[in-house]
Amino acid sequence: MLKIDNIKTYYGNIMALKGVSIEISEGEIITLIGANGAGKSTTLMSICGIVPPRSGEIRFMGKAIHTMKPDRIVSLGISQVPEGRRIFPYLTVTENLDMGAFLRNDRENIKRDMDYIFELFPILAERRHQSGGTLSGGEQQMLAISRALMAKPRLLLLDEPSLGLAPLIVKQIFEIIRKVNEEQRTTIFLVEQNANLALKVAHRGYVMENGRITIADKAQSLLANEDVKKAYLGL
Amino acid sequence: MDYFMELFLGGLTRGSIYALIALGYTMVYGIIELINFAHGEIYMIGAFTALITISVLTMLGLNKIAILLIAAVAAIIYSSAYGYTAEKVAYKPLRSAPRLSPLISAIGVSLFLQNYVLLAQTSDFLPFPNLIPQFKFLKAYGGIVQSSEIVIYVTTAIVLVILTFLIKFTKLGKAMRATAQDRDMAMLVGVNVDRVISFTFVVGSATAALGGVLIASHIGQINFYIGFIAGIKAFVAAVLGGIGSMPGAVLGSLVLGWTESFFTGYISSDYEDVFAFLFLVLILIFRPSGILGRTDTDKV
Repeated sequence: MLKIDNIKTYYGNIMALKGVSIEISEGEIITLIGANGAGKSTTLMSICGIVPPRSGEIRFMGKAIHTMKPDRIVSLGISQVPEGRRIFPYLTVTENLDMGAFLRNDRENIKRDMDYIFELFPILAERRHQSGGTLSGGEQQMLAISRALMAKPRLLLLDEPSLGLAPLIVKQIFEIIRKVNEEQRTTIFLVEQNANLALKVAHRGYVMENGRITIADKAQSLLANEDVKKAYLGL
Repeated sequence: MDYFMELFLGGLTRGSIYALIALGYTMVYGIIELINFAHGEIYMIGAFTALITISVLTMLGLNKIAILLIAAVAAIIYSSAYGYTAEKVAYKPLRSAPRLSPLISAIGVSLFLQNYVLLAQTSDFLPFPNLIPQFKFLKAYGGIVQSSEIVIYVTTAIVLVILTFLIKFTKLGKAMRATAQDRDMAMLVGVNVDRVISFTFVVGSATAALGGVLIASHIGQINFYIGFIAGIKAFVAAVLGGIGSMPGAVLGSLVLGWTESFFTGYISSDYEDVFAFLFLVLILIFRPSGILGRTDTDKV
């Protein structure tokens, strides 16, 4: 479904991704783990066209997307929940969800999807007229995921959804991720520092170090891998 | 009391015109954090376009009101085209440059447009015909307000209602607010940010042009330099109200208009600008972000 082939991405003169290749098949949950500054978020931003790669290729459903503008990429069915949630602080919860559905024109279905979201996260329904900036961290994360889902993506990119949240909320959010993957058949690309948690929901995983992929394997095998255990699982 | 009313209405007239220009400043600032110093020139170009259109149409012998309407539409289209082009040529290539660069570029555009009109037209003041008919019902009020002022109030009010509706309820308006709050995130939900920015310039230029036409027909003369003073005043109004905030721009404009009007009316007309800027300094000492400005400046 998504094929990243040897991309190199720069911030100014600094090379952040030094030839990254990742492949994702339809219906999978894959995870990318690694330390701070390894290039995980950059990988997601390269896929979405915010920081396009300087060389290499990204193909989505067979189409080359690495030269496309972000809005075109979104229209093909890729949505991202970026690090830090990035809720529009002065838009209401409903308006934030509307923005998620920005490229859709099927008004009735949008309405139905929003009702589904409110069923999934009743707390958001309660706060629907509140502005996004007044929500708590956990609520904002739910809203960020919901906003991405409103686009009806085929591929959902999640950047550190567990960051800074209470364990109970993290558990709830990971359950939702699994549910979205199983019920809606949405392919999921999960970037996480919490490797233990990520590898438990994912089918396959990649380990990233210093802008390079160092290990790629089944999630089960990564959980058992001695190097991964030592470096990322704290065992 | 009549004198007070006269000053009040005079201040409202000034304030309305400032508001039409200040909206452009504040919208552009809100979305790309640029003080568009060329904005006053867009207003001036609007007035000139209207004058040229009026001259041509008067020769054709059309009805006065029809002439004014056509001239206003021509000014809006022409000024919008200038605003759109200025953004594409002078600001867009500098979007990821340090913030000072587009600012300098804006000053350059401002000087360029002033001199361009100076050379292409004239440095003299040109008379601007007043095509607004005298409303009969105003006679009863002893002439404390002119019909051109009534037109200014009504037009400004209509523009404000339309803009509020646009920003609050349309999809494009939501995209504008989202872009202003977090540009990268707006891209990530599929907003074509370049188009939103262009649209913002077009809307700001259109309201400024309308302001130019209205004030020119009220005052009765224009020259190439009118955009500078009006632009500075509107900028002050936008800062006063809290730059980036649209209700703030309107409120700031009215406050500035009334301050100028009352001070010149009751104290001295020689110090009109002194009062305006003194007031700005005072407000900013006590409320640095302006009357309705957001005090938090956090951007993720």
